[in-house]
Amino acid sequence: MPTLTLLQAINDGLKTSMREDDSVLLFGEDVGKKGGVFLVSEGIQAEFGKERCFDSPLSEDGIIGTAIGMAMNGLRPIAEIQFQDFIFPAFDQIVSEAAKLRYRSGGQYTAPMVIRTPYGGGIRGGLYHSQSGEAYFCHTPGLKVVVPSTPHDAKGLLIASIQDPDPVLFLEPKALYRAVKGEVPEGSYTVDLTSLRVVREGEGVTVFCYGAMVPVCEAAAKEAEKNGIDCHIVDLRTLYPLDEEGVIEAAKRTGRVVVVHEAPRFCGYGGEISAMIAESAIEYMEAPIRRVTGFDTPFPNTLEHHYLPDKRRVLDAVEFVHNY
Amino acid sequence: MTVAVEDLALETRLLDEDGEPVGTLPELADAWLRELLVHMLRVRCVDQRMLKLQRAGRIGFVGSMLGQEASMVGTAAALGERDWLWSGLREGGAALMRGLPLSEYVAQMYCNSNDTAKGRQMCNHLQHKGSHYPSWSSVIGTQIPHGVGAAYAAKVRGLDEVHGIYFGDGATSSNGFHSGLNFAAVWKVPAVFVCVDNGWAISVPSSEQTATTDYASKAEAYGLPGFRVDGNDVLACHAAMSTLVERARAGKGPALLVVETYRMMGHSSSDDPTKYRDDAEVAAWERKDPLRRYARFLEKRGLAASDELETLETRLNTEIDEVIHAQEAARPMALKSLVEDVYSAVPQHLRRQYNDFIRIAERYGDAQPGDGAFPL
Repeated sequence: MPTLTLLQAINDGLKTSMREDDSVLLFGEDVGKKGGVFLVSEGIQAEFGKERCFDSPLSEDGIIGTAIGMAMNGLRPIAEIQFQDFIFPAFDQIVSEAAKLRYRSGGQYTAPMVIRTPYGGGIRGGLYHSQSGEAYFCHTPGLKVVVPSTPHDAKGLLIASIQDPDPVLFLEPKALYRAVKGEVPEGSYTVDLTSLRVVREGEGVTVFCYGAMVPVCEAAAKEAEKNGIDCHIVDLRTLYPLDEEGVIEAAKRTGRVVVVHEAPRFCGYGGEISAMIAESAIEYMEAPIRRVTGFDTPFPNTLEHHYLPDKRRVLDAVEFVHNY
Repeated sequence: MTVAVEDLALETRLLDEDGEPVGTLPELADAWLRELLVHMLRVRCVDQRMLKLQRAGRIGFVGSMLGQEASMVGTAAALGERDWLWSGLREGGAALMRGLPLSEYVAQMYCNSNDTAKGRQMCNHLQHKGSHYPSWSSVIGTQIPHGVGAAYAAKVRGLDEVHGIYFGDGATSSNGFHSGLNFAAVWKVPAVFVCVDNGWAISVPSSEQTATTDYASKAEAYGLPGFRVDGNDVLACHAAMSTLVERARAGKGPALLVVETYRMMGHSSSDDPTKYRDDAEVAAWERKDPLRRYARFLEKRGLAASDELETLETRLNTEIDEVIHAQEAARPMALKSLVEDVYSAVPQHLRRQYNDFIRIAERYGDAQPGDGAFPL
């Protein structure tokens, strides 16, 4: 089995889907000849031609709006938004059109499409190349929101997203593009969009995370282990709709919960996880739930390494709920 | 008057306000010419009936088409069976002409259980999959890039389809207009943009919508031909649209057609236009009524009797009333429709939310047979 980076696994997933299904195409800003600003789509135009991999005019609203029309008329478009920070001009097309089309038409029209976009910090990109906007989209019925954290999952989740009959927002943790490597099966396979992944089994503290926070939490768990704290790490990977049963089960397992994400805390994804546990498993809790998140500020540039949750901040929260 | 842009020359008007031909009329069969009158009159009759139902409190909202019958029927008649029509608020008459059954039209206005959209949309958001007529969302201009994307799909899939993309004058200020026309021109898709310029975007007149006096001139910036025609002249609308549809079908790319007409009623049944526009302006447009004009033309050709409109109206109203009567008796909406069609299958969390709701609905007697809980 080849060992690939997360970026190579996504590239492989795109090519595998496009080889399997002629109706799959990829478009967006600079994805053609250049292969995308991160080179995720390198070699795709060369293999599949300009009709199936092409640059669009510079309008996110136009990219998503036209992708919806393509999906309504028999294609399986993959629309790339260059940075998740640039997605907001298309917010209306995503939340009011793509996500609501099946519902508002009584199932007569649908938009099976994937919106791929790099998200999150860690590349010194400042306010507009670093944000984690997942909470905006997880508040949108009709949309699926997927975040891989390993090369294996990246390819399998991407192929599943492309095959899915509903619109999927596929958030790629850009900090992990070249930072993680792993074995990736050749050919086609899917990772289903309804289940979380247990990264590490443990009995002491349950840590919920996703995307680029997964390796951070793994590093914190290694430190915690030295102090005799056994972490149970859960990679949520499909944020919406969420495997709620899996979350409750993992919370009950230890009765001590930490939720970690890069995005600001207030009305962030961690709030939903906390509320879910409070509603369904509060009697199992041995300690308050702790959130480790970005600050409730815009994303900084120079101090981004302090803004982003790191091993030390996660460890501090793990120790707090463990010793409570 | 003939307007020429690039390789195209279009007549802005074929009939004067008294139905007298001006310019060269295309060869059109008598039966087809008569049929066009019936379509226009049906639109008017349906419209009037819907307004009455709204005033009687039977339906919630009507965006009246009064005065715009020629622009919608004339242009839509130029689209073939396989072509698509991307609609805004006031294209319902075109849907009827293209095959939307009147019963489905009325069911949608009632938002009842016979509505193909399952009562999810408010009234006057019509759709008909059979004739490739998706509904609009309410957000202005968003359907424009959808039509462009679908036309791109037609192009790469090798389908013989042209996409007619309709919107109002207000939509020319929207994101969708700009990105839609730009993408369409760059990708050279088989589409015709139809801007129905009825002078008003709710209460905002064209003079406050744009600093140009000619919406068609906006096309030039995108590298498209743009034309405007008399939107109350059904034959001019049809001739211009036919030329542009066939041009798009031949792979020569998209174009913009502006049909200049007038919204005789308020924006909707909830709007009072006397607050913002002069009676004199309305009266002037009343004299340009597209139906009377066309009926006069047919009469002069010996294709219609002088009382043709009245006779037809009685027949059409009887048909419409029967359909309305039937829709009054629709069965209650299935409650499960609350959580269906959000995704292709109802996910677990929505099943739980519904089950929690139905437990209470059953307790208070709101549930019907079939409304019961989902298996978890």
